[in-house]
Order: sequence, then structure tokens, then C-alpha cells
Amino acid sequence: MSVLLPAFSLRDLGGKTHAFPRRTKSVLCFVKEDCPTCNLVMPLIEALPGEAGEAGLDTLIIGQTAEGNEALARRHALTAPVLDDSALKVSFAYDVETVPLVIAVDGEGVEAGRLVGFDKGEWRTFFERHAKGAAVDWEAYPDWRPGCGSLTQDPIIGERLRAASENSPLRARRIEVAPDDDVHEFMFDQGFSDGLPVVPPTPERVLRMLEGTTRDPQSIVATIPPNMAPATVEKIAVNAVLAGCGPEYLPVVIAAIEAACTDAFNAHGVMATTMGASPVLVVNGPIRRRIGMNMGLSALGQGNRANATIGRAVRLVLRNIGGARPGGTERSTLGNPMKYSMCFAEWQERSPWPPLHVERGFDAQDSVVTLFAMTGGPSLIVDQTSRTAHQLAGTFGLSMESAHHVRAHNMGDCILVVSPEHLDTLRTENYTKTDVRNRIQEVTSRPLSDLVADAVSGAGLDPARAASMPEDKLDSAAPKFSSADNIHIVVAGAEAGKFSAFFQGWASGPGGSMPVSRKIELP
Amino acid sequence: MTTIMDPTDERVPIAREVSARPQEITGSLALLDISKPRGNVLLDRLEELLHERLPDVAVNRYSKPTFTKPAPQTLRQQIKDNNDFVIEALAD
Repeated sequence: MSVLLPAFSLRDLGGKTHAFPRRTKSVLCFVKEDCPTCNLVMPLIEALPGEAGEAGLDTLIIGQTAEGNEALARRHALTAPVLDDSALKVSFAYDVETVPLVIAVDGEGVEAGRLVGFDKGEWRTFFERHAKGAAVDWEAYPDWRPGCGSLTQDPIIGERLRAASENSPLRARRIEVAPDDDVHEFMFDQGFSDGLPVVPPTPERVLRMLEGTTRDPQSIVATIPPNMAPATVEKIAVNAVLAGCGPEYLPVVIAAIEAACTDAFNAHGVMATTMGASPVLVVNGPIRRRIGMNMGLSALGQGNRANATIGRAVRLVLRNIGGARPGGTERSTLGNPMKYSMCFAEWQERSPWPPLHVERGFDAQDSVVTLFAMTGGPSLIVDQTSRTAHQLAGTFGLSMESAHHVRAHNMGDCILVVSPEHLDTLRTENYTKTDVRNRIQEVTSRPLSDLVADAVSGAGLDPARAASMPEDKLDSAAPKFSSADNIHIVVAGAEAGKFSAFFQGWASGPGGSMPVSRKIELP
Repeated sequence: MTTIMDPTDERVPIAREVSARPQEITGSLALLDISKPRGNVLLDRLEELLHERLPDVAVNRYSKPTFTKPAPQTLRQQIKDNNDFVIEALAD
């Protein structure tokens, strides 16, 4: 079956409109002025028969820049119409890769042959077939010259055209920001931002972001609370652009959103709580190095684009798609800086211990993101003098006992980030993660009678309840964490510095939030 | 002119109207404890006062499984089916 070439209507230099298809045979010549091969063939194009006679052709020169078209017409004294395709829509519709591109069209609007660049043999054959009788001194021409790239192949222009085309993969609502409006101020005014400047999610940038995944842009990744709004891959990509992500980060953001929107993680409660919880993202596996995440010096701080923007993108998705905004359903009494972003990678190679994702059941070669709902941190643990693992793990416990309140025992999840120097101290006695956890539980275990509210602090075990307890119950020891498994240990940080850190959790377990890991699907 | 893609869920907020307030309280009244510590203390006192002032009104007690999540649909339906009024108690 013959395929009709795309129809178009363009104006020539005099403003006259030329429509295609024509009722006659025609030749479409795609050219741009700064292409030497286009200039080489312009006399040949001019030599094609003019207004269609019985044996003639309609020649339409389609130029890719308005100024260039005028220069071409002047330089080569063209009589054939030079049509303005500076919007490049026709070149895009014809999928022009190289200019000059010459397409012969029959009277039905069907292609009858094409030339790309300049090959003298092919051009002679073309002329014999479609323009017999045209006077051409072929000896004056070289045998071969390559063409030039069409302007539609320019990456930025190509993305713009693809975004605007009818088969664009983008479906999100487009917002026109007036020329007199500052787009950055506009986005603040619309509430798209977490308070810091965001990158304008232009269609071109969103398309570029979508190249980070092979998933269908319209597939739904998760339903985002509290609005229970569907988050498509495209919508997540829009927010990843806002956050400043590179396309290669998108699979991490998508996996993190899948994790956040599980019943186990309970993003609704995490966002809404007055305690001010926020997701903390820990990334494991090969993707850490592939996208340049920081797991060393200042791993928990600023300065690394991947760490900073992946965490921020997750927060912006929850804000913009889910509707979790401070003063709305987000009711944190004080808030905390993790609500902008908190994402880092584990320095697995520095540690002899199984990394977090392997402990959680994944293969070492999997790339995995794990989300924790944390209310505070990183709180620094300073110990520059302990020389044994036993002492140092004891320090961890004593420091971590301050989480929420020293009398708050049998708590849920926490994250302990062990620095390399501290790790080396722990390795002197071959301490495992289990040893560290058990030591923390050991040094923090206190009899319930030590945890009763009193005149110093009204927080703790209710005195009336304590009074009703039998003696042996009051003497029983309660550790800081309800289970050693609630202590999640990762290694990160600079080689220098005997400082570790911990994050304190929120309501843990099925009634609150549980850590959730998701494998990152790489394209 | 700059074109940007909408990062939100694009849903127009639905305006909700508050139900008309009846002139008197009759029938059954639900007290929903959201399960935050000491929410029950507030509800216990409220129940006492309700019995004193509205002896003909039946009071039914309910509680959410956890304060961190919205009430399950079955619980909301149960409250709706069996009561004319509901008071939800917070804490903190």
C-alpha cells in the first residue's frame, strides 16, 4: 500500500501560501543555508523544470531558517518558491535527518524516489527519470559530498519538536506562563516549591527526564496519599525536573515512590504527624556509583546533586501530587530539614558487614532504595577516645538512649550510621552488626523503676501504673529498642573523624510506619 | 512565553458543605477515640457529661485501630449506620 506523504502549507518569501500535496508531480527539497552541500546542489534544484507543465514538476524548496532562506534565494537567484519552515514542523513531520533531502512525489502525493546529500550518479539518474532535458554540466560537480544534519536533529530543538508533536508522550496539563511573568516567581506563587527555587519543568526537560526510564510515561506508579492521586511516570518526571534531578536518577525516584506509597510505609501518617516525620532514603547496590551518589565525606550533608535531588524529588511528589503541604494535611509542630531532602548511599565497599539491602533479602548486585520514617537526625555521636569495640558500641547505646526521651524505651526503628574510623575500631574485635545491636540493647536496658515519671520530668512510665506493678515487674529491664532488629546499621562518611550518627524514628510497626525497600529497575 | 508541565494531580478541589446543624440532639451519638494516648480520658468525661445533660441519648463508643491512619471504611460505615451524631476525640 502506498503511504501518502504528510500534508503541509507553508509561505514563500513573498508571503504566498503553498499547499502540499499538489495535483501534479512535484519535488520537495529540504535545505538549510549554512550547509555547503545544499549550496552545491542549489543550481541543480534551480535547473529542475519550473511551473508544472505536462512533463514538468512543481519544485518546492523548504528552508529551515527564515534568514537563511532569503540568503539562499539571493545567492542562487532562485525562481522556485523558497518556503519558510523555520518552525521546523514540516521537517520534523518528514523526519528529515540530513539535508539536502530531495523527494520526488507523484501526482497522487506518494513518494517516487529520494536523494540524500550529493552522490553524482544518483542525482544523474534522478534527473533522467524526473527531469529529462534539464541542462546540467555534470562534469563541474564532484562525485560525492556528504549532507549536513537537519536542524531537527539538534538535541534541544528535537526535544522541543517532539514535545509539541501530535504523538508526544506527554499528557500532563501544560501551563503557559506569560512573557511578562517571571517563571520562577510564578512557580513559587503556584505552590509548586518546597521553599527553594525549582527548575521549570518545560516539556523538553520532562521528555529528557523520561529518557531515564523505559517505563510507559502514562503507567501509574502509585496512588499518593493524602489526596490518593494517581502518580504516573510522567508526573513523577515533572517533579524530578522541579527537584533538579538528572534523568539517570529517575529510576531511584520511581522506586522510592513505590516504597513510600505502601500501606507498610504509611506515607499518609508520616506526612501528617505532628512529630514531623519524613522519609529517609538509603540507596544500595551498583546504581550508587553509576549516578555518582555520595557515601563518603559529607554523605549526610549537602554538595552532591544525586543525594540532594532524589530525596527532594520524593518530597515534591508527595507535596504536589499527593497534596501533603504544611498547614494542610502536613501538621508537623516544628518540621525538620529532612523534609527538604534526606537521601544518601551506603559505603558498602568500606565495610566487611553485609550491606543494608542484603540484610533485607536482596542480592548484592541489586540496586535498592530503602525508606525509613524518621523524626530526627542525623544526631552526632562523638567518641574519640574509646579504643575497644565493646566501649564504642557502648557509646552508641548511651547516645542513642536520648532518642525522643531518655525514658522512652522499647522504641521502634532507628538508623545508625557508622563512620569508617569507628568501623575500624569495631573491627579490632571483629564486631558484627549483630554484636553492635546487642551491645546497644545491653547498655540501654534499664529496670522499669528507672523509667517512671517524676518531679524532674513528667515524661516516662505513669507513676500510678508503676505503683500497681509487682516488684519483679518493676525490676525487669527494658532496652531502648523493642527489638535489636529495629536498629538499622549502615556505613558512610569520610575516612577521617571518630563521629557516627543516628536517626530517631517515629511510630513503628503496622500501626505506624515500617521500613520498606524496593529494587530499582534500571533501563 | 514559557510552557511548563503541571506537577500537581490536576484535580480541582471539591468544595464540601457542612451539614445543617440540628436544633437538638436525639437518638444515638458516637464517640470515636482515634487511639492517641489520653484521648479516652477526654471521651470518658464527655460521656459522663452527655449522660447528665442528655439522658435519653444513647452513647456508643468506637476507636480507630491506630491514630496514624484514616479510620477503616468498615468502621466509618458502622458509625454512620448506627448513629445520628459523632464526636471524634483527639489528644496531645
